[in-house]
Amino acid sequence: MRKHLLSAADLTRDDALLVLDTAEELAQLADRPVKKLPTLRGRTVVNLFFEDSTRTRISFEAAAKRLSADVINFSAKGSSVSKGESLKDTALTLEAMGADAVVIRHPASGAPHTLANSGWIQGSVVNAGDGTHEHPTQALLDAFTMRRHLGELDGRRITVVGDVLHSRVARSNVLLLSTLGARVTLVAPPTLLPVGVGTWPCDVSYDLDAALPKSDAVMMLRVQRERMNAAFFPSAREYARRYGLDAERMGTLDDRTIVMHPGPMNRGLEITAQVADSTRSVIVEQVANGVSVRMAVLYLLLGGSESALGALPSEAEGVPA
Amino acid sequence: MTTAPPSGPQARDVREVLDADDVHRALTRVAHEILERNKGASEVVLLGIPTRGVDLARRLADRIAAVEAPVPLGSLDITMYRDDLRLKPARALERTELPADGIDGRVVVLVDDVLFSGRTVRAALDALGDLGRPRAVQLAVLVDRGHRELPIRADYVGKNLPTSLRENVRVLVSERDGRDAVLLGTVDQT
Repeated sequence: MRKHLLSAADLTRDDALLVLDTAEELAQLADRPVKKLPTLRGRTVVNLFFEDSTRTRISFEAAAKRLSADVINFSAKGSSVSKGESLKDTALTLEAMGADAVVIRHPASGAPHTLANSGWIQGSVVNAGDGTHEHPTQALLDAFTMRRHLGELDGRRITVVGDVLHSRVARSNVLLLSTLGARVTLVAPPTLLPVGVGTWPCDVSYDLDAALPKSDAVMMLRVQRERMNAAFFPSAREYARRYGLDAERMGTLDDRTIVMHPGPMNRGLEITAQVADSTRSVIVEQVANGVSVRMAVLYLLLGGSESALGALPSEAEGVPA
Repeated sequence: MTTAPPSGPQARDVREVLDADDVHRALTRVAHEILERNKGASEVVLLGIPTRGVDLARRLADRIAAVEAPVPLGSLDITMYRDDLRLKPARALERTELPADGIDGRVVVLVDDVLFSGRTVRAALDALGDLGRPRAVQLAVLVDRGHRELPIRADYVGKNLPTSLRENVRVLVSERDGRDAVLLGTVDQT
């Protein structure tokens, strides 16, 4: 049994499929007159955001509220964190308030892990993005979106393009998609690939034009200029020319290939407006699917006497990912 | 909870209280009762409660279509509305599929295999309230085994089966189990 969701690597294939199937059922809620289920009534979910976020925080908030949980939003700005309060003291405060789950976003890689394993809090910890490390619910919503368009992901070719070095989305996606049997290719300039990427369960290429025609889905990553303290490429124009997705490059894709972006987009840098607004783009769907997937995660972690993830006895004999 | 999960305690002294012919006759009678009570099929919507309630609802729909006109058919998963969710790890969800025209103003007939404590039906009524506003809700079950814990009764019953709490009732349907039958066994309370 896994009480927390810290990394996409925590999910076995059975777990990941359980989340995606559950999300598929919960997605129907969006079309109903009453967009609410009573399942988490009386439970408290705290959104603990030490870093700016629009869609992830709103998405978790909507997900928890649609399951009837009480939601407490905490952002570092305007809290005692700006007076120097530590993660530990913040966590102890939340524990005193009886948080059943803490959804944490933090600029430091590993902060959710610290929170989960410190003994400071009893509840479940859900990683909503930590530094350049992981963002497992983003990977789940990406897989959910791909599955809706492409069917089961076994053998599907997914190309992830751009700033892999600073991307928690890329790492979580590589881990989850490989668990689900997809073949991932990372395409980036050498300066934007992390050390040790050779050990990741994926291929690596520097040539975008070669990778595109073979792809079932292309995921463009945001160039994270706020995390860049050095020159990783000569100029924005040079980057857009070699690694940006424009209409001409989009023309080389197979007819059924979808274009994804985790947002927020730098239009004109990694993706042109023409591509982002095209019929291939599923970027707006990704946002809508985020709510369903996060509802599924919260339900499976908090809905029963204990978490339903990691509970399947068959995984012990399963092939390790 | 209506039937023991496959992983639950094994029932012993299992005997067949309804065979396939009994099940067929009971469903045919219930289908006719639904038509009689509602003066035809024009307003009726059948909603099966997963898993076996869905199969039984489909059978009733086939019988009603053979006698009168086709009726809208759907399924209603009640997992998220259960009152015992926190007694077990979170469960996988079943399908909820409503007919295209919805349930507003219709007579919804809920269909389940076994009526026992009534808690499943209570959850189904709550779920229905979030999905629309039927003109009326009725309940059809293949077996009523008694031991209600809530003020709930069925409108249509295939077979009233007096049981003790130590007994276990299992409905088999050919779609899932290879044959139609109702089995009664004893479960050791250990």
